[in-house]
Amino acid sequence: MSAETRTMGKRRPYRRAMDGWWTRNPFFVRYMIREWTAVLVAAYALVLLVGAVRLAQGEAAYSAWFESMKSPFALAFHWVTLAVFLYHTWSWFEIMPRTMPAIFVGGKRLARGVITAAGIAAALACCAIVLALALGGGR
Amino acid sequence: MAEGDRSPGASIEVEVLRYRPEQDSEPFYQSFTVPYAEDLSVLQALQHIKDDLDSTLSFRWSCRMAICGSCGLMINGIPKLGCRTFLREYYPGRVRVGPLNHFPIERDLVVDIEDFVGKLEKIHPYIIPREPRTLDQGEYLQTPRQLQRYLQFSNCINCTLCYAACPQYGLDPAFLGPGITALLHRYNADSRDGGQAKRAAIMHAEDGVWGCTAVSYCSEVCPKAVDPANAINQNKMASAMDYFLRFVKPGGARK
Ligand code: SF4
Ligand code: FES
Repeated sequence: MSAETRTMGKRRPYRRAMDGWWTRNPFFVRYMIREWTAVLVAAYALVLLVGAVRLAQGEAAYSAWFESMKSPFALAFHWVTLAVFLYHTWSWFEIMPRTMPAIFVGGKRLARGVITAAGIAAALACCAIVLALALGGGR
Repeated sequence: MAEGDRSPGASIEVEVLRYRPEQDSEPFYQSFTVPYAEDLSVLQALQHIKDDLDSTLSFRWSCRMAICGSCGLMINGIPKLGCRTFLREYYPGRVRVGPLNHFPIERDLVVDIEDFVGKLEKIHPYIIPREPRTLDQGEYLQTPRQLQRYLQFSNCINCTLCYAACPQYGLDPAFLGPGITALLHRYNADSRDGGQAKRAAIMHAEDGVWGCTAVSYCSEVCPKAVDPANAINQNKMASAMDYFLRFVKPGGARK
């Protein structure tokens, strides 16, 4: 008897299919949403990049691009993107504690929630600064 | 819970995935009615089935106290230890028990974990002393802080629940996966260990830490709070540094 038949005998290991795996658990659905929001984040980066290119082409080009951003479609796109960004930001900081070595403060391990909250606070602070600069610069 | 729920006559429906390779072409659910009590575990329900209803049912267990890691099951779709999951969490609803996801089913609730064991053997899962010491030099000393760096990762009981939770492992079994990476990190992060170079190739490979997309469900299901997703993701940083530093270090790129 070869080693193969000796170990296999009546063995017939059954492999289950992975089709539709992410629909089977709400945790995976949330993961998929996080991954897909990244696509829109990238898309918006492209929109800003086009704006930067238009700016380099001169004032007329930039103004035309800026006007086009005021169309109802562009405005709707911005609102959707904003909502998606908020979710993406939260999901990003939600897993941040899992991506870094443990931090010890006074011998005690920093809780996951604290790291997530600190990340979100930092993001909000950055947004506030950018917004203040933009609004202030516009005047 | 109403008083009547604990009456001696109470019962609960347990559905078990059956697969007997010599007679079944594919797995199917079989339903059993099992006596219910508040303090009965899912593992005890399976033992009741095997002892009193159908002796052909196959499943793994040993310690009955969440330490041997052999009773991992999909319980209502979630990877859990059968001995640490109680019928009361589902009563009066039914409990659906299956073999751990992502592993080939050997028979009924028993899966083939050959792949996991093979990977475990490959990562040098033991301390390779940084500096050899003789007996009269005494023990290797370690500060509480040095202990903290790896303690949580050393709590792994090899239950493979995290593999059943990891879709990346399900999609590509070549991926080193959560539990093994946590153990690899457990030794790498130990101040007494000097075996990092031996484990580097496995960890930095595409099938190593880079096979992970931070789903993080592994850490949710781990019964020992090992947080394998943390072991993997903090090593992505180490892996990236290792990659870029070789261009900076003199002669590094030729490595
Ligand atoms: S890391 Fe946790 S879930 Fe994975 S094998 Fe170890 S104890 Fe089990
Ligand atoms: S029987 Fe040992 S962990 Fe459940």
